[in-house]
Amino acid sequence: MSARLVPAAGDRTGRRPDVPLRITVDGEPVDGVAGQTLAGVLLAAGRRTWRRGPSGAPRGVFCGIGACFDCLLTVNGVRDVRACRRRARDGDAVATQSRDAR
Amino acid sequence: MSRHVVVVGSGPAGLGAAAGALRAGARVTLLDAAEDPGGQYHRMPPAAFGAARPGRLHHGWRGFERLRDRVLGHPRCAWWPESAVWSVDRTEQGPPHVHVLRGEADGAGRERHVLRPDGLVLAPGAHDRVLPFPGWELPGVYTAGAAQALAKGERLVVGDPVLIAGSGPFLLPVAASLIEAGATVLEVLEANPAATVARGWAARPWELAAQAGKAGELAGYAGLLARHRVPYRTGRAVIEARGDGRVEEAVTARLHHDWSVVPGTERTVPVDALCVTHGFSPQLELPVAAGCRLRGGAFTDVDDDQRTSVPGVYAAGEITGIAGAPAARTEGLLAGWAAGGGDPGDRAAAALRRRRDRARAFAGRLAAAHPVGAAWPGWLRPDTIVCRCEETDYGTLLHAADGAAAGSARAVRLGTRAGLGPCQARVCGPTVAELLRGRAGGGDPHRRPVAQPIRLGELANPPVDTPDKKESAR
Ligand SMILES: Cc1cc2nc3c(=O)[nH]c(=O)nc-3n(C[C@H](O)[C@H](O)[C@H](O)COP(=O)(O)OP(=O)(O)OC[C@H]3O[C@@H](n4cnc5c(N)ncnc54)[C@H](O)[C@@H]3O)c2cc1C
Ligand code: FES
Repeated sequence: MSARLVPAAGDRTGRRPDVPLRITVDGEPVDGVAGQTLAGVLLAAGRRTWRRGPSGAPRGVFCGIGACFDCLLTVNGVRDVRACRRRARDGDAVATQSRDAR
Repeated sequence: MSRHVVVVGSGPAGLGAAAGALRAGARVTLLDAAEDPGGQYHRMPPAAFGAARPGRLHHGWRGFERLRDRVLGHPRCAWWPESAVWSVDRTEQGPPHVHVLRGEADGAGRERHVLRPDGLVLAPGAHDRVLPFPGWELPGVYTAGAAQALAKGERLVVGDPVLIAGSGPFLLPVAASLIEAGATVLEVLEANPAATVARGWAARPWELAAQAGKAGELAGYAGLLARHRVPYRTGRAVIEARGDGRVEEAVTARLHHDWSVVPGTERTVPVDALCVTHGFSPQLELPVAAGCRLRGGAFTDVDDDQRTSVPGVYAAGEITGIAGAPAARTEGLLAGWAAGGGDPGDRAAAALRRRRDRARAFAGRLAAAHPVGAAWPGWLRPDTIVCRCEETDYGTLLHAADGAAAGSARAVRLGTRAGLGPCQARVCGPTVAELLRGRAGGGDPHRRPVAQPIRLGELANPPVDTPDKKESAR
């Protein structure tokens, strides 16, 4: 098993039923839930990595709160957006990035 | 006109500061880079989740809601969500000017604002400190705080099964959150031996009694672990993560009290995710940019009323010492009261100072129970990455420190690029400083003149007029 969203039915916080949203990642559709960050959408969809370090090594979320900059993505054409801090919007076009593609 | 107090950060410390300043009669602008107040401790679920009972995941939620509603609904308080302070400018007289970007996180074309407060309270909090070990850069290795933030804030478990390791009381709430969210927690590893932990916790029992709330919270977590048969092992640590493109196994080992590995005690554990923390690093870039003196190079130095060394600048919460949410709130109340021009002789302020001092004593006890052992670099191999951004490894770092270019930490950083990547040494800074101690001198791992990223286009735009009247987004 891997990362997953706690199902809304049975969530102790009394979350309302999920409102779906869809983003694209390098052109591929990925489904998420309104309220998730981009990092949350990607992780819950089974993706752990979306950036490459200088050596090409894969990276995804590390700190989860905007401190490490490991989770950078290009969102609707804007580079270097921290996926853990950006709320996903229906229709967001996301592109993975690597460190040297500047 | 009443004093204008700007409070940066709306965690327990910042919310407390806003309340303190309002009580003193000041006008307050409370701002946070996040969309909601609460900080790391009272992390609110996103509005779109429509959670009817968010308090189920939190201690002291009622009290938080009351404080939040009182502060945000106050006629003298302006609440600025999604507002990142990217720089503070020292001035000849009075507190520094505060440069703010308002808009979506890391967006382009956010609005620039400049605030010129009569009093400034800094309460930006901390992030996990994780010591490097071979493989810690593999996807699926998270800070414990990341697992906590995603579980509380987005109802996401980072993996299943998970292993939680490192040091400190924070391991317990993280394990509790993951269990609550339905993940299998294999074990919780505290690197310090039982004797160190027990000595730290058992000393001076009257202090513990005075912190009944926090101690009870921790006892509750311990009970939960026991009920779910999750072992809490002391004197054992994760010394390596392995896997092909993602973490698949953790290597754990017994440690001596100084965190050197006991040979032959290695064990390999298959994991889906690994959550690690070795304490917290305060976010010191704003106090450093403001010119505030540090205590021991590690925390913002404050006096009895949370005043920093810079006139008009106050600090509260984790940037003054790691003491937990109740301490942060109390420090905030004091800082806000003083920043707002409140009477230092006030009876309530005196009571707050006593409460703050008890909370600090509790923090001292935690630090004693969960020290970082000096022999941890023994886990490192020459090819172990130390700076995640630039992938500088331990061997390269040592070589540069011993080589001809040695002498200054700055020269080592320029030569190896350690600490010069996107995170600006937030993650590796304290570690590199520690590894180079005695080899290369100088350098301040907390100097980051640009505290949050700003885009060139945004920088080129003039600041918009700062509204003086109350405005509130929610
Ligand atoms: C990820 C994480 C999770 C944690 N979870 C727990 C927990 O479950 N239980 C527990 O006991 N302790 C937890 N802690 C410890 C926690 O930090 C403290 O107990 C408490 O929250 C500290 O309060 P604070 O007000 O000092 O800081 P914080 O609560 O961290 O609040 C700081 C606020 O300042 C804002 N901020 C920072 N820099 C800027 C800037 N430049 N511009 C604008 N805003 C800014 C941040 O967005 C944040 O909201 C956690 C820590 C971390 C890092
Ligand atoms: S995971 Fe660290 S900045 Fe997003």
